[in-house]
Amino acid sequence: MRAPMNKAFTGDARAALSRRGFLKASGALVVGFSIFDGVEVAQAQFPGPVALSPSLAQLDSWIAIAADGSITAYSGKEELGQGISTAQTQLVAEELSVPFSKVNLIYCDTAYTPDQAYTSGSQSHPANFNKSNLGQAAATAREALFRMASEKLGAPVTALDAADGVIAVRADRSKRVTYGELVGGKKFQLALDPKAKRKDPSEWKILGTPVKRPDLPDIMTGRFEFVHNVRVPEMLHGRVVRPPAVGARVLSVDEASVRDLPGNVKVVVKKDFVGVVAAKPWQAVQAAAKLKVEWSAGTGLPKQAGFAEQLRQQPVRDQFLLDSGDVDQQLKSAASVMKATYFHPYQMHGSVGSSCAVADVRSDGATLWCSTQAVWYQKTTCAMVLGMKPENVRVIFRRGSGCYGLNGADTVTYDAAVLSQAVGKPVRVQLSRKDEMAWENYGNAYLMDERVALDAGGNIVAWDHEVWTPNLGNRPGTGTPGNVITGKLLGFSPDAFTPRSPAPPPGNFNNNSNGMPSYVAGRIGGVNRNTGTVASERVLVHTVASPLWTGPLRSPARLQNTFAHESFLDEIAAKLKADPVEYRLRHLSNPRLRDMVQETAKAAKWDARPSPNPKRKPTGVASGRGMACVAYERDNGYAAMVLEVEVNQDTGKIAVRRIVVSNDCGPISNPDGLRNQLEGGALQGISRALGEEVTWDDRKVTSVDWRSYHSLTVGIEVPTIECVLVNRPEEEATGAGETSITIAAAALGNAIFDATGVRLRQIPFTPERIKAALATRA
Amino acid sequence: MSTIHLKVNGESHTLDLDPATPLLYALSDDLALRGPKFGCGLGQCGACTVIVKGQAIRSCITPVSTVQNTEITTLEGIGTPERPHPIQQAFIDEGAAQCGFCMSGVMLTAKALVDKVPHPSEQLIEQSLAGVLCRCFTHARMMAAIRRYAAGVAK
Repeated sequence: MRAPMNKAFTGDARAALSRRGFLKASGALVVGFSIFDGVEVAQAQFPGPVALSPSLAQLDSWIAIAADGSITAYSGKEELGQGISTAQTQLVAEELSVPFSKVNLIYCDTAYTPDQAYTSGSQSHPANFNKSNLGQAAATAREALFRMASEKLGAPVTALDAADGVIAVRADRSKRVTYGELVGGKKFQLALDPKAKRKDPSEWKILGTPVKRPDLPDIMTGRFEFVHNVRVPEMLHGRVVRPPAVGARVLSVDEASVRDLPGNVKVVVKKDFVGVVAAKPWQAVQAAAKLKVEWSAGTGLPKQAGFAEQLRQQPVRDQFLLDSGDVDQQLKSAASVMKATYFHPYQMHGSVGSSCAVADVRSDGATLWCSTQAVWYQKTTCAMVLGMKPENVRVIFRRGSGCYGLNGADTVTYDAAVLSQAVGKPVRVQLSRKDEMAWENYGNAYLMDERVALDAGGNIVAWDHEVWTPNLGNRPGTGTPGNVITGKLLGFSPDAFTPRSPAPPPGNFNNNSNGMPSYVAGRIGGVNRNTGTVASERVLVHTVASPLWTGPLRSPARLQNTFAHESFLDEIAAKLKADPVEYRLRHLSNPRLRDMVQETAKAAKWDARPSPNPKRKPTGVASGRGMACVAYERDNGYAAMVLEVEVNQDTGKIAVRRIVVSNDCGPISNPDGLRNQLEGGALQGISRALGEEVTWDDRKVTSVDWRSYHSLTVGIEVPTIECVLVNRPEEEATGAGETSITIAAAALGNAIFDATGVRLRQIPFTPERIKAALATRA
Repeated sequence: MSTIHLKVNGESHTLDLDPATPLLYALSDDLALRGPKFGCGLGQCGACTVIVKGQAIRSCITPVSTVQNTEITTLEGIGTPERPHPIQQAFIDEGAAQCGFCMSGVMLTAKALVDKVPHPSEQLIEQSLAGVLCRCFTHARMMAAIRRYAAGVAK
């Protein structure tokens, strides 16, 4: 078995050594990291100021080869549980012709790794597997090694082969030299060569194969170090005390209320931030529970009933994604017009493990272990929180519980940082379940109006999509810690909401939000840039102020918009008595997306006919099938899904029986990792569609545990999931982590319609909503 | 504070703890074990699961005083990376994880079931996991791994 990734960087070593003893005792740690002699040694402490990221344009920022030939790759794209670290290791091993086990991948530590912004948005595969960054660095290194070998062996590059870290003359293999002998321990001092030739996928031996994740044995046997397991010498335990209501502010804190508790409890108050620190975690939990804090009443929340429709009455910031200028006229002159309104609620990331971070803040520098999605950005905003210079803050990524976007990882890092600074010792903070769930940056709610104009032949001639979405906060980025709750409590402001209406004309083509349905042409600058045929098109987004925190949740905006588009397309097809697959294809121009629809229909043995099923039963259990598809962000992954469902019409309960999902992400880097993403995404999408919704009363969020926020458990009757992987080695690598989740809700809603004739336009599809809808049937 | 005697993964420990301390804190903090994890502190998700007297229990809501001198088994107690327990091997073989935070709940619950009922029906497996969460939704692989393990045990 391969050593766990980042082994030399684990907290184990640190925990075993006192700070002062570290330098002396750390010799063993630097094995395999000889190029960083003297740097790695100091990592238990703040290693000295680092102001700027290693240059993305320099080879040495990405690849280092030690004297023993072992290869270290540095990436700014981290492992969030989706297997991308395995795929990145495959990539480097492939380009350098070494076994997978020879590559040690280090990711997301501001002391070493390049700034690749966020690990999010299905961007790791396109960012590092195409002709830039990590993949291009590996190719550049390979060509450099061949040039050096050519000189050393006195043979032209074309006469050489590389295997297992050795370059040899093809005709006389006794003439050979190892990578270690060529560059071991030295820097390349080369710029990334955009012309360095990447290996042709037809030659791949490691990339493109289902290499098993090397971290699984440690994970499965309870040895893996999550951020929750980071332990550093002299570490104390913190707990935050969040306000009891939205907008509540600290009036007074009675420190005497916890004075007699065990654990040498310290109370930390900074503006509206309140926390405690104690020797042990349970002591901190007890102290936080017993600390007497007087809070103001808070700002109150709008009623949840009717929340969706009142979004239309709010001040708006408007943006056109598309406006062909003729939509109103087309709607007026059309043979017929159809319209429908959909609503997607706020939903949670709902990580199984509540968020956790460890901070060691001293006067001369700070070290933070956390599971942020952007270590370099976090370095900047933590510096703001601490009143330090960013170069004096080091942020080290450690894996957390699956985050699916902006969970509590950033906010808890600020919590730990503030508490550590206040007590002058390292502090670990793990949020309570309630603190995680009540103050998350939820996935945005969306109210969506869809309208189409149809010609006499039933073809769509105009498509109008108008949405209202409330927004508060975001990823902190480099701008403001106030985009998450801790920053706000500390006195930082979230990004300002500035109303703007009417919207300026559309700018450059950008369908990253999938606001444009797949069926419109996306004509901007005289060029059709989207995936469909409908030329009269308008997409208008009204952002409004949100009473609750919001931020990216797996497939942000894309999932909500696609739920509306793909449900509505199905409604149109049904009204016209057209087969939903045929009707989709009629309005799709993009060959890759068309292929997805056709491949999926074929694999699912799609029975071409209109929905709802003419043979459907009016009572008892009814079955149906639905289809949905997406060109994720227009060009960052293609997928389609057929989903088969059983609806118990007496209870309103849903059982998903079968899911067939096709995916095209360009060249497939690891088919097993891809399947895992498609399977997990599909079921997560089903869970979100069936039960998940943030709830609140007039003062506070009320979905604060797993009884009040309804996720599917592991103990469901798991549907059959069949993945159709379409490999396109000639295309660029795209994302694949968010395609199947994006289409699950629409495929499910369409299947329920097929089974029952009832259209659900509001998520989640709870048994109560389904029963109510069934009751309205004639 | 009181003297607490715990037997964890075959080793005896004497700790000075508030007897009301949930077992999870003793395991993950005092004993620095990584298998059981804090997920909710409410017994609702399973991330903290350990096996006591053949039962999969939630260590986050179990006071240490109630499990003294009883054998407690955590995820690391049943196998090692080099020699994983057959259920761990089955999960490795099926690639049945994404983030992997939930593994104690999924695997130890399934193991406790199969130890008691060597040929569990699908329905029984599902019932046993009805209180366990995996938010990456690696369910299909987990069920395949549990079936694979149960089939191996039945042989």
